[in-house]
Amino acid sequence: MTEITEESIREEVKAWLTDNWDDNLSLVEWRGKLADSGWGVPAWPKEWFGKNLTAGLVNAVQEEIRNFGAIGTATAGVRMLAAATILEHGTEAHKEKYLRGILTGEDNWCQLFSEPGSGSDLAGLTTRADFKDDQWIINGQKVWTTSAHHAEYGLLLTRTDWDVPKHRGMTFFVIEIKQPGVEVRPLRQMNGHASFNEVFMTDAVVAKDMMLGNLNQGWAVAMTTLAHERRGADGMRPQGSSDKGDGSIFAELAEEVKTVQAPYKWYPQRAGRADLLIERAKATGAIENPVVRQEIAKALTINKANQWTSRRAREAQMLGRPQGPEGSLGKLAASNLARACSKAHGVITGADAMLKSDDGAMDGLIAEILLSVPAHSIAGGTDEIQRNIISERVLGMPKEPRTDIDGAFRDVPRNVAK
Amino acid sequence: MRYSFTDEQQQFREFVRKFMEANSPATEVRRLMETDQGYDPEVWNNLSESLGLAGIHIPEAYGGQGFGPVELCIAVEEMGRSLLCGPYFGSSVLATTAILNAGSEDDKQRLLPDLAAGKKLAALALAESSGEWDAASIALTATESGTDYILNGAKNYVIDAHCADFIVVVARLAGTEGDAGIGFFTVEGDAAGLVKRSLQTIDETRKLSALEFEGVTAKPLGEVGNAAAALQQSLVLSYIVLANEMIGGAQMLFESSLEYAKLRVQFGRTIGSFQSMKHKMADLLLEVESAKSTVYYAAEAAAEGSADLNAVASLAKACASDTFAHVAAETIQIHGGVGFTWENDTHLYFKRAKSSEVLLGGAELHRELFMQQSI
Ligand SMILES: Cc1cc2nc3c(=O)[nH]c(=O)nc-3n(C[C@H](O)[C@H](O)[C@H](O)COP(=O)(O)OP(=O)(O)OC[C@H]3O[C@@H](n4cnc5c(N)ncnc54)[C@H](O)[C@@H]3O)c2cc1C
Repeated sequence: MTEITEESIREEVKAWLTDNWDDNLSLVEWRGKLADSGWGVPAWPKEWFGKNLTAGLVNAVQEEIRNFGAIGTATAGVRMLAAATILEHGTEAHKEKYLRGILTGEDNWCQLFSEPGSGSDLAGLTTRADFKDDQWIINGQKVWTTSAHHAEYGLLLTRTDWDVPKHRGMTFFVIEIKQPGVEVRPLRQMNGHASFNEVFMTDAVVAKDMMLGNLNQGWAVAMTTLAHERRGADGMRPQGSSDKGDGSIFAELAEEVKTVQAPYKWYPQRAGRADLLIERAKATGAIENPVVRQEIAKALTINKANQWTSRRAREAQMLGRPQGPEGSLGKLAASNLARACSKAHGVITGADAMLKSDDGAMDGLIAEILLSVPAHSIAGGTDEIQRNIISERVLGMPKEPRTDIDGAFRDVPRNVAK
Repeated sequence: MRYSFTDEQQQFREFVRKFMEANSPATEVRRLMETDQGYDPEVWNNLSESLGLAGIHIPEAYGGQGFGPVELCIAVEEMGRSLLCGPYFGSSVLATTAILNAGSEDDKQRLLPDLAAGKKLAALALAESSGEWDAASIALTATESGTDYILNGAKNYVIDAHCADFIVVVARLAGTEGDAGIGFFTVEGDAAGLVKRSLQTIDETRKLSALEFEGVTAKPLGEVGNAAAALQQSLVLSYIVLANEMIGGAQMLFESSLEYAKLRVQFGRTIGSFQSMKHKMADLLLEVESAKSTVYYAAEAAAEGSADLNAVASLAKACASDTFAHVAAETIQIHGGVGFTWENDTHLYFKRAKSSEVLLGGAELHRELFMQQSI
């Protein structure tokens, strides 16, 4: 067996693409081929659409796909979180049934975790699953469910035992969204977009073999999903894709981007758009104003520091050194950046910050920043929860005494439904 | 009394608050902000006729209530608390104050009674595309033509112009610059050559327009050419009134945060029981109360015509801008995901805060003005 090097991998991908890439295939046909070849998600196990490659080689593969002008596997939404969860906790049958549709883009997924009564305290959820007539009957409400309106499947966390401590009575399922017992209602946000939904489940059904992990051990499964979510752009997530070309496949891709990725359109704005600051200040002339310059410099300093902090963490990891505290700060740091950028964009824009849409600065993009940044410190775990995690888990400070984790969940105080 | 309200003023506040609670609940705010007109004429009539608010700081000689800046600020603070949708700030505050300061006796007799009665609405057109509210930035020109003047140029961010019966325009005589050559004029809302365009605003509860003047015939208001001081005087009071309005909003948000923190349960306890939440609320209280002290002090300074009026007006505007914007952001944060939804009312205040933060100049400008007045 010849040794695998970056060079040999690059050659192999190129050769495979030369033989197989065809921009007149349908998007699903092409992605199916790519998935079956193992080049779509080379970090995945050999048995399941991958090649067991390490991060460095995965990057090389993705670069080749991009450079070749070919399209990669589907990436939008929470599909990769679903894949990671299924790969770790699913049965062979689950992997057989779901993984390919995730990669080809045929099936869209959503994450049914948060509830009106339980956000920060996810383990306080009250959506119930009861076993009746050989299937699971689901009742309850989820909220903030991004993309539920065009999802085929949901990752569903439910309560199955109310008489044990909260973390020990939850069970994880895959639920089919398109069924009579599931109603998806869009939830409008303050920035005018409606990228998430309320999902009402009323006697919705889940077949008994759709359980991921074991009965009442759903919390561990959910932790896998969340760990991948917090890591964000980990090696599970294929990045290699070209989006420009002539064949009919690119028209299909453009359509996909428009619909499947629409809910995420404003996400760059909620991070603050540090990239626009200097360009904007030059365009408005505010660059001459020393006060404005200070605000821009403050934001850009946070931006650089954040980038270098995550570089430090990554390099230490590559060198095999134990993780230092710098690896846990990213989310909090990004919230600070978002706020500093919003402030700087405000002073750059001046009176125009009162206007939006066509009348607003950059056709409303700046208004969208100002109205989206508040989401950053809430979505995916609030800043306060991040601070608790950092102080307790990273710094080893004493935990707050907890009154909600030992007794039966049934007896723990919770919000009364409105 | 310098640092407290009189019993009469307290009663007046209660009275206005009751009216606002009855007439400007969030449901009405949401309904009206989506209309082009942006307010309910019936509520406006009641507010003007039964309460006399439209003329609160207009002297009785011109049909007003004859109260001063403190009462005006109390009324506006309560409007800010309820996000009243109506032409109050544009007509009763900005335009009325400009007429009071710039108009001749004749002008006041002619214009103020209808404004005081709420029968007519006016707007003040000052800022232009540069987005600065001061004399030096004015480019729109006025050229004499018999007893009238002809206006050419453009105004921007004009509050409540969409429904104004007439517009008070600040212009300069052609060929002048800086504070020289400034004059106030009135133009009919439907004058020939005037084009109004409604702007899309982040704060939908406050309507703004862009105006273009192409050879528009205007009547002079007061003495033309020498009005920079009257403009400055009007602006200073407007900063103070706006700052009080912002504090009304900030106080409302503070109360809603506190209520939510005591109600919302996570981890088997109210989120208000977490020490970090208590610290946050205590810090916000300090911020809101400090800002109140500045805006109340400034209102009193305006009433007394204090020597430090210009400085404290800018101090109050800067302080209120920062406080309202910060409290609004924290109120969203304290409400978690709910705070980011359209359904929750917090965003209406957040947008008002963001907009008022830059209206009449942002905090950075006002800190600079404060320093210029202080050294
Ligand atoms: C843009 C956006 C997208 C989202 N997408 C999704 C999604 O796709 N799927 C999904 O499941 N969820 C999603 N969410 C929901 C998000 O994860 C929750 O909103 C978040 O975890 C907070 O929960 P909550 O809204 O219930 O607020 P709460 O938990 O009720 O928090 C309210 C306030 O209390 C504070 N607080 C709570 N506990 C503590 C404590 N122990 N100490 C100190 N302070 C505390 C919080 O920090 C916050 O300020 C999204 C939210 C947003 C804004």
